[in-house]
Amino acid sequence: MSQSTEPKLPEEDVPESVTRRKTLISFGVFALAAAGSAGLYKYIADSKNAMGVKRPLRLVLNENETVAKTYFSNAHLVPTFDPKQAARPARVNGYEGIKKPVTDDWQLQVDRANAEPLLLSMDAIKALPKHEITYEFKCIEGWSQKQNWAGARLSDFLAAYKLGTRSGNAPNPDQPDDLFKHVGMETPDKGYYVGIDIESALHPQTLLAYENNGQPINAQHGAPLRLIIPVKYGVKNLKRIGRIFFSDERPRDFWAERGYDYYVGL
Amino acid sequence: MKRIVHKHPLAIRWFHWINFPVLFVMIWSGLLIYWAYDPYKIQIGDYVLLSFFPDSFYKALKVPFRLAEGMAWHWVFMWVFILNGILYVAYTFISGEWRHLVPDRNSFREAGQVVLYDLGLRKTQPPFVKYNGAQKIAYFTVMLMGIGSVLTGFAIYKPVQIAWLTTLLGGYEAARLEHFTLTVGFVLFFVVHVIQVARAGWHNFQSMITGFEVVKPGDPERPASQPVAPVHPSDPASPTQPALS
Repeated sequence: MSQSTEPKLPEEDVPESVTRRKTLISFGVFALAAAGSAGLYKYIADSKNAMGVKRPLRLVLNENETVAKTYFSNAHLVPTFDPKQAARPARVNGYEGIKKPVTDDWQLQVDRANAEPLLLSMDAIKALPKHEITYEFKCIEGWSQKQNWAGARLSDFLAAYKLGTRSGNAPNPDQPDDLFKHVGMETPDKGYYVGIDIESALHPQTLLAYENNGQPINAQHGAPLRLIIPVKYGVKNLKRIGRIFFSDERPRDFWAERGYDYYVGL
Repeated sequence: MKRIVHKHPLAIRWFHWINFPVLFVMIWSGLLIYWAYDPYKIQIGDYVLLSFFPDSFYKALKVPFRLAEGMAWHWVFMWVFILNGILYVAYTFISGEWRHLVPDRNSFREAGQVVLYDLGLRKTQPPFVKYNGAQKIAYFTVMLMGIGSVLTGFAIYKPVQIAWLTTLLGGYEAARLEHFTLTVGFVLFFVVHVIQVARAGWHNFQSMITGFEVVKPGDPERPASQPVAPVHPSDPASPTQPALS
């Protein structure tokens, strides 16, 4: 009964020479395949590094970005939570680029293609509609924490100041070719820097944040203005933004230079 | 002349042996990733029974500070693991091989008997065709675990773009724990699998490479569901069951 649906294994009578030959061929192929895998490992392990990681691996990581972009959508939103669930205070995990106190004359510099750099104060950012988000901030190390942030949408900012386009017009979803492919950001001392694909920058949950739990963000979190980008790991959430610029080439990126994937899109 | 039984189709052998080093790379690189945030432990009250993992373990395996390297290998070889897994599952179902693999309601009772037999508490094991009940449950479960690893993996790889999956699995933190637990399951499976294959002997092991086994009539390790025809039925001097060899 138990084996009523399980067919018997096929059997066959063959001369001993046949079993010997089959065995020899099988083990030969097996040995070749094993040597092939070892060879593949050695090829990767002996490859030159491309930004801190073996070149063949880097090439696949870059292809993964292409795959991810086929599915990326502004309609895919990070799940949000009640602000009461947010950690107080939010965890601090890095001081690159903010080791010295911020200077009193801080201004946000935005480089433009065919114009002088924009120099903006916090008032200019705060004049834009304020958006609040409570979501699970995800560190590339593996930990996550529900955090509450508020600020202006980066997409609103780019639209208001007509940034990120070759034409000098506001970004238009119907004209993707007019957009630069990347946004670069760096701290005033250039000690920390990130590059972000323009699609992720324009995502509706990407904020130029100036509040944490309803209070102005503190020095450790990158006062006065930091990036909050839920579609990326924490490493891209640059603190104390000093300069923003746009380019088709990937802007340099602090952790990508240290062997991490460049895209790190969630 | 030799009587051989065709046990493992060529495709299955390729899937099996490709999966072995690929799963090894996934587990090893996963460990490099896990090190960077390693909160899991089994504890009873305040007593930590098992910590994943002690510093000495990491140190011995040279794990610390290799997160970027681990992520790179993990995000490259995941594609091989997924592709090989899809082909394996598709082949298993299209070829009908699943009839040897999927447990039925008798498999659990049989599995109990197999365990008793392996522990020396039972003289005979129940008859089986390709895999006994315990093997069916183990191999089918490990296939489901592979699917589970891919799903929980994507839930933590793209928790925004595929947020519905992450939510379905209980959220980001839960999915990470599930992904880790499945990995522990693979390691435990591997340990038992290697021990059992070693116990079953060369005859059985080589069939995962050659595909066939030479039939030994009346082999107590391979009780057939139906009596095997005697090799020399016309020879009255030859007993149908050989003496203990």
